Amino acid sequence: MNALRPDVSTPGGVRGDVLQYLSFILHGQEYAVDILRVQEIREWGPTTPIPNSAGFVRGVMNLRGSVVPVVDLRLRLGLPEVTYGAQTVVIVLRVLSPERDRIMGVVVDAVAEVHDLAPQAILPPPEVTAQGLEGFVLGLVDSKGQLLTILDFDRLLDTSLMLVDAAGPVSS
Amino acid sequence: MDLAEFLGPFFEESFEMIDHMEGDLLALEAGGAADAERIHSIFRVAHSVKGGAATLGLGEVAEYTHLLETLLDAIREGQRPMTEATVKALLGAVDVMRDLLLAARDARPANEAAKQQSLALLKQLMNGEAEPAMPESGTAPLPAMQATEDVAESDVPGSEATPATPVAPSAPPAQTAAPHRPLGPGWRIYYNPRQTLGTGGAEPLFILREVRSLGEVEVRLLDDALPRVEDLNPRQEYLAWEIIVHGDIPREAVEEIFAWVMDQAEVTIEPLPMSLSDEEGGSAQPAEAVDQPDSDVPPQAEPAFEAEVQDWPLEEAPEQAPAPSPAAAEAISPPALATPATTPPKEAAAPVSGSGRAAAKEGGSIRVGIEKVDAIIDLVGELVITQSMLGQFSEEVERDGFHIGMLQRLRDGLAQLERNTRELQENVMRIRMLPISVAFNRFPRMVHDVARQLGKEVELQIVGEHTELDKTVLEKIGDPLVHLVRNALDHGLEPPEVRRAQGKPEVGKLILQAYHKGGSIVIEIIDDGRGIDKERVLAKARERGLIGAEENLPEERIYDLIFLPGFSTAEKVSDLSGRGVGMDVVKSNIQALGGSLEVKSEQGRGTRIILRLPLTLSIMDGQLIVVGGQIFVLPLLSIVESLQLNPNNLARVAGRAEVYKLRDQYIPVIRLHEIFRLPQGQASERPLLVIVEGDGVQVGLMIDDLLGQQQVVIKSLETHFRKVEGLSGSTILGDGTVALILDIGGIFQLGRRLEGRRGGLA
Repeated sequence: MNALRPDVSTPGGVRGDVLQYLSFILHGQEYAVDILRVQEIREWGPTTPIPNSAGFVRGVMNLRGSVVPVVDLRLRLGLPEVTYGAQTVVIVLRVLSPERDRIMGVVVDAVAEVHDLAPQAILPPPEVTAQGLEGFVLGLVDSKGQLLTILDFDRLLDTSLMLVDAAGPVSS
Repeated sequence: MDLAEFLGPFFEESFEMIDHMEGDLLALEAGGAADAERIHSIFRVAHSVKGGAATLGLGEVAEYTHLLETLLDAIREGQRPMTEATVKALLGAVDVMRDLLLAARDARPANEAAKQQSLALLKQLMNGEAEPAMPESGTAPLPAMQATEDVAESDVPGSEATPATPVAPSAPPAQTAAPHRPLGPGWRIYYNPRQTLGTGGAEPLFILREVRSLGEVEVRLLDDALPRVEDLNPRQEYLAWEIIVHGDIPREAVEEIFAWVMDQAEVTIEPLPMSLSDEEGGSAQPAEAVDQPDSDVPPQAEPAFEAEVQDWPLEEAPEQAPAPSPAAAEAISPPALATPATTPPKEAAAPVSGSGRAAAKEGGSIRVGIEKVDAIIDLVGELVITQSMLGQFSEEVERDGFHIGMLQRLRDGLAQLERNTRELQENVMRIRMLPISVAFNRFPRMVHDVARQLGKEVELQIVGEHTELDKTVLEKIGDPLVHLVRNALDHGLEPPEVRRAQGKPEVGKLILQAYHKGGSIVIEIIDDGRGIDKERVLAKARERGLIGAEENLPEERIYDLIFLPGFSTAEKVSDLSGRGVGMDVVKSNIQALGGSLEVKSEQGRGTRIILRLPLTLSIMDGQLIVVGGQIFVLPLLSIVESLQLNPNNLARVAGRAEVYKLRDQYIPVIRLHEIFRLPQGQASERPLLVIVEGDGVQVGLMIDDLLGQQQVVIKSLETHFRKVEGLSGSTILGDGTVALILDIGGIFQLGRRLEGRRGGLA
């Protein structure tokens, strides 16, 4: 089994008035996701590409018998592509949509840590966000002097954006 | 003991038995022999349902079926003849039984009006009344009107001596069958088109639709005027409707709708009473009730029915069902009465009761024959033996080390394991297999009712109803089949006089046929009607711009046109098949199941619609192929042949579509890596061509390599991702990686679109 479990001292993500977020690194920046959405963290392994899917869709993988799509978060956010290394991991998340709950994997550079955050410490996203992040930020947090960006994966991983028109113009 | 856990199986079993009963009755009606066995089998259904219902405390069902059983018993004993009228009444009883059971299951009120009507009819038969099916006598004075105390003195069931004349003249017959008294504001409309079909030009359906736009409506079909089949004039409209519209609607609005049929049809519009006390007239026989409003109805008139049912002497009261005493019956009647007054009945005479039954069948359990379970237990036993053998072997290797002579034993063991696993898998799948008769069962009744409604004579023939298929597939083909059958009845088969004029037998033939072919089940719907008018279809398609004005299509493609969205030969729209659900929906439903649909038709001779469906949705025989370095799975069934591609045989037609000359045929070619935008594989200097067939069309798929064949377990891509064009799902291969399963129909479409794009760029 090549899955590593996040080190969570108290399962459930909530400890008193504190919310827990899993942070990860992407292009030198630290981002975070509600730990309750995280199912597991896996090493990167080869996926099966899906024809006519958007470039950021890495394909599908076998998650103990379930066929689960994997998205490269760098590409999704328009960051430069890198070769995957030993640190590269797939965070398996539960993604909610009006139709149904899905399980998906996102490829990130590395996982960082679990942050305990007070809800009031989370600031609403600024009017103007960095390019590529518009509408995908749930909030910003200053954690120990470091800026954490909490991402909205339900919008980032909207499957309606994941396919391209097969008969459309060929992108090179 | 908690009886609730028995309710589920009881309902399931009862619906199944009632289906059988219906089948038997229809056979009788079609002139089948009224032999003792058949009658006994009909009797047994009523008996079992009654017994079960009584045990489980379903009083209403038990009560009703008791009467039914008593009548059937009399018939079985030869005290009553099984007349045509009886069969008709019993068919009505089948509907009522279903409704009562559904009502009990879903904890909703039953259709009281229909039940009362049926009860009245049954009692009449029991008392030896002649021909209650005659148009006028259907609502004739009924014994139900007797005051309770009179009934107590009346005769035992089956006795010819019992007079059926009402003793309570204070309650006019018209009220008996309609305890349902809707209250205002609103209107009660009686509408009898009184026309000869096709001459008046007033389509009752349109009128009904119009009324519906006013507000909440309840519609009751009044078919009492329907004569017996042999007296039926197919051009004559026999049906009338009672429509109740709720809401604060001005009278003019209602009148406006009927304005242009007023001179021809019989229409009465009257306000709904604002309270029970000022209510006038009944609803059972609006023709009379409306013309000559009756005196106030004493609300006590209704309990007579309830009470009387239970008053029938229980000659063979089943041990488990304590017979309610008349006193008890009276005591429980009033609350029972309260229900119909507040809840509208659903259409009393709705011709098809399919929807309710379909819902019942969607239930989450399967009844499995014990032999199927035993087979699985045996296989598990063998699996355990194989496992312990392999376990022993590994211990041996651990102890003595591995030497090459042991390899054969290991291989044997693994071969045995593989065989066990496969057999187990097949047997487990078999549990989910049900005979197609489950889906076909509804058709005898539906065809019977619809044909009558249309004034057509139809003989339905069902072939291969024991063919088994997966429960999930079975549940999903019901609606498409209903649609196709209705279509055949409505548009396919001609009215008798047209058939006669064309030298065809007056009775049209409709065949439902199912059989296995390869790993698929094939269902055919065949009629010997007028066939599809190719010219009209083409004209329509041109008119809609679906095809070019000068474009000519081969025959199969013409028939495909009728499955296009937005294609409807509008002038033919009728109550039955023109209701918005188009053939395109049928086709997409079938395709969603991984099936295909083919139409063959000969004008004037008939139409044959062929559905091909997978036996199961979870396992498939697959051919592994390589395209652009990636492994895909091709459904083995779709493969016609594979061959080494000879580049000399490749050609482009008008610089667009690529074709391959195979023997004497040119076959369109799709380069899979192109439509999937994959890199061309290294092996593609010597590509292979796999000829696949789907929707009756053959296409060559250009691929890099063929690998092995294997059974694959289908995993939907939609669970965590979404539908991908050209793919029907995915599977997990032996090495744990995911392989995508190709969808032939989708690939054809992709290919066509790509071709169009190429043409556009050229």
